[in-house]
Formats: sequence, structure tokens, C-alpha cells
Amino acid sequence: MPGFDFSNYNRNAALHARGVPLPKATSTGTTIVGCIFDGGVVIAADTRATSGPIVADKNCEKLHYISPNIWCAGAGTAADTEFTTALISSQLELHSLSTGRKPRVVTCMTLLKQHLFRYQGHIGAYLVVAGVDPTGTHLFTVHAHGSTDKLPYVTMGSGSLAAMSVFETQWKPKMTQDEAVELCSQAIQSGIFNDLGSGSNVDVAVITGEKTVLKRGYVRPNERSQKLKSYIFPKGTTAVLNEKIIRKEDLGNYVSVHELSTTEEGGDKMEVDT
Amino acid sequence: MSSPFSINGGAAVAMVGKDCVAIACDLRLGLQALTVSNNFPKIFQYGDVFLGLTGLATDVSTVSDLFRYKVNMYRLREERDIAPRTFANLVSSSLYEKRFGPYFVSPVVAGLDPKTGVPFICGFDSIGCIDFAKDFIVSGTATEQLFGMCESLWEPDMSPDELFETISQSLLNAVDRDALSGWGAHVYIIEKDKVTKRLLKGRQD
Repeated sequence: MPGFDFSNYNRNAALHARGVPLPKATSTGTTIVGCIFDGGVVIAADTRATSGPIVADKNCEKLHYISPNIWCAGAGTAADTEFTTALISSQLELHSLSTGRKPRVVTCMTLLKQHLFRYQGHIGAYLVVAGVDPTGTHLFTVHAHGSTDKLPYVTMGSGSLAAMSVFETQWKPKMTQDEAVELCSQAIQSGIFNDLGSGSNVDVAVITGEKTVLKRGYVRPNERSQKLKSYIFPKGTTAVLNEKIIRKEDLGNYVSVHELSTTEEGGDKMEVDT
Repeated sequence: MSSPFSINGGAAVAMVGKDCVAIACDLRLGLQALTVSNNFPKIFQYGDVFLGLTGLATDVSTVSDLFRYKVNMYRLREERDIAPRTFANLVSSSLYEKRFGPYFVSPVVAGLDPKTGVPFICGFDSIGCIDFAKDFIVSGTATEQLFGMCESLWEPDMSPDELFETISQSLLNAVDRDALSGWGAHVYIIEKDKVTKRLLKGRQD
């Protein structure tokens, strides 16, 4: 496994010791949920990414691919969820190639928890792992410190309380696929509207034994309305002091390319000792 | 002591238009409130891909040189120019490698896909999380002002001329409300077979 590079660590730690605050990473102050139904599992997420109080991305993707039948929803530090899932996805693919078996959700969950536990919570990835494998349908949560849970319905992120309230009032055993998708969508929407860290759209992934369907923008309750007025400036509004145009066809003026002839009489033949 | 992101000051922005992209930056280099230089560009060109870097100036220089090296090595290995999307993933993994000792930079990437000509822009946080946006990306000490300007001025399918006025006015008006940014600006308008670089007249206070 490729490791981290700590070459800037001492410089940054010295800076921090002198009172320089740590950089703020993009975090997915998120609502993510998962729910098992009869025949598969569904996971869902909102699409807001925040940097402090600023909405950094209004439509980001929090549903990560692990393998065709295993998907992951991520909350916490955005870069950590992105790279941790990509790393484990890669390890799982190689593992499945070497064993000749389809990847299992428990294997994925174990790889994730061991990786995260090794870093003692410094990798801030909070994940919902879901999938269908030859041993059945599975749904797990993995915390940044390495603890895991196995439950029929789960929520994570800053909107987890809002989402869990929906599950606790509306969940019932042996739901159909459509019921589970609707329940997850409602749980995410409860996060979108009641939690400030969550917002924009609902993304849903439905995993069954046969296939996985990713529904990006399953519900879009926060579409921006058409602007009533155009604010385009007339040409020449901005004062320009200097302008330089480089055209592709003029690149020959800067670099000349000559095709060297390969025939005997054309170019000088390279002298080779015989 | 202030955050390493706001010691030197600076702002960068990228925008998508119709079959074109734009990227712009201010020119200030400061030490807290003291301006040291009014000619410190924060946009770097690697083949047909453009990288905007704001944040700690020492890291801006280091990171821009690092990517010049990495892109040159890529070009030698692959015998072709790097595509914007490939470059974005290179930036992302290079920054995440330093997850526990990051460079204090907020990069912005802009370019056109070399095969399809489709506009591509994206931004990153200091540890490499990519923000794919369909409209605009902002970074630097004038981030909040730029978000406000871009959110109100940007509209879809702008021509290169319209895009230039929009990005220029967004940047100029944003940096005028940020004490740490400004002192002139560079704007690149990138089209399929032409790149236009303009130096803008900006306030010198």
C-alpha cells in the first residue's frame, strides 16, 4: 500500500505550534442513509459539500463505487472518503482477481475498518457500506476510528439524527424495493431541509442480486429558478492594458518541426562502426 | 498569527462558456498588510492545461514547479500532452499524498478536452478533494466575494467575448472588496485553436 508523505509535516507542525490554525478541508457535513429491503439494499445521500459555513459544491457525488455489487456512501472529510473508498476498491478488485471469487461486503468492511483503525481516526472517513454478494445482502456503517455496525437501516453524518427520526417512525420489516427507495429518499430530504450541513439533491443507489442502479439526482427539490434578467456586460466594459493571442496554427512561429528524411540520399546516415 | 492561506493574499477563478473556458487571477503578493509585489501571477500553463494556484506563496512556487516536472515527465513517457481531466487527477493524488503535511494551496484547473473540445474546470481543497463544477470555481482570500459575484453574473453558454467580460468583472469587483487581493489581473480565454491572455487594468490600492 502506498504510504503518505510527511515531508511537510514538521514545517506545518512548527507553524501550528506558533499559533497558525490548521487548514480547513472540504467536508461533507452530510446526510447518508442505507436500508435493506426484500431482495437487496438501497443507499442514499444528499449532494452538498461544505468548507466551514461556505457551500463549496452544490451537487457533489457522495455515493462511491467499490465493486459492481458493493457501493459506499461517505461522510466526513471529503478527500478521505474519496481516497479511502478508491484504495479499498482497488485492493478488493485485486483480491477478487487472485481468488477468482466475487468480492464480499464483509471483506470490504474489514479492509476499511482495518485501514481506518491503523490511522486512529486521523483519516476522517465515516462510511455506509452496502452490497449484495453470494452470502446475501449486507449493510454496515464504518466509523473513522474503525468501529463497525451491522443493522437493517442506518444513518450517518451531521444529518443522521434527522434521517434516523424518519426511519424510526416509518421503517417496517420486509419492505419492497420501491418502499425502501421512498423511505431512504424521505430520510435524506429530512436531512436536506433540517440539517444545515446537508442540502441540494437526493442520490440513490439500489443494489440487488442482478444489478446495481445509481440514480443520480433521484429527487431535485432545490432547483434554481430561471434568472429574470441577464447581467451580461457589453463588449469593452473591462479596461485591458495588454492583449496577447496565441493561435494553434501560429505555434510554428515559436517552434519549428522538420521531418527528417529516412532515405539514403536525403539525410545524413548515422555513422556506425562495423 | 494568521492562517497560511491568508498571509500572502491572492485570488483565482475559472469559468465555463460555450466551447470555451476562462481562468483568471490577481497579481498581488503581500506579507500580511504590506504589498511586496504587484506582478505575481498565479496561473501556470502546462501544454493546453491551465492551473491557478492561490495560498501560501512559497507553496504556490513549489507546487507549480512540481507539476511542471510531473507534466514534463508525463509528456516524455506518453509522447502526448496531458488532458485536463488527467491533470486534475494528478493534482488530486499529489496533494492527498501529503494528507498529513499539506501544501497550503487551493488549486484551480481549466482546459478543453483535447479530443472532444468539451470545457473542463475543477477546483481542489489543500488535501486534494476535487470539486467538479459545471459553472465556475473560485479560490483564494477573496473566495466569499467571488462566490457572490460569480453566482449572480454567470450564465450558461456564454461566447468567448461575453465570458471575458463576465470573469473580468467578477474578479475585479471581488478583489476590490478584499484588502489582500488585487493590484491588477491576468485573464486567459481558452478556445479550441486559440488562447487569449489579457492584462487587466485594476485598482492599485
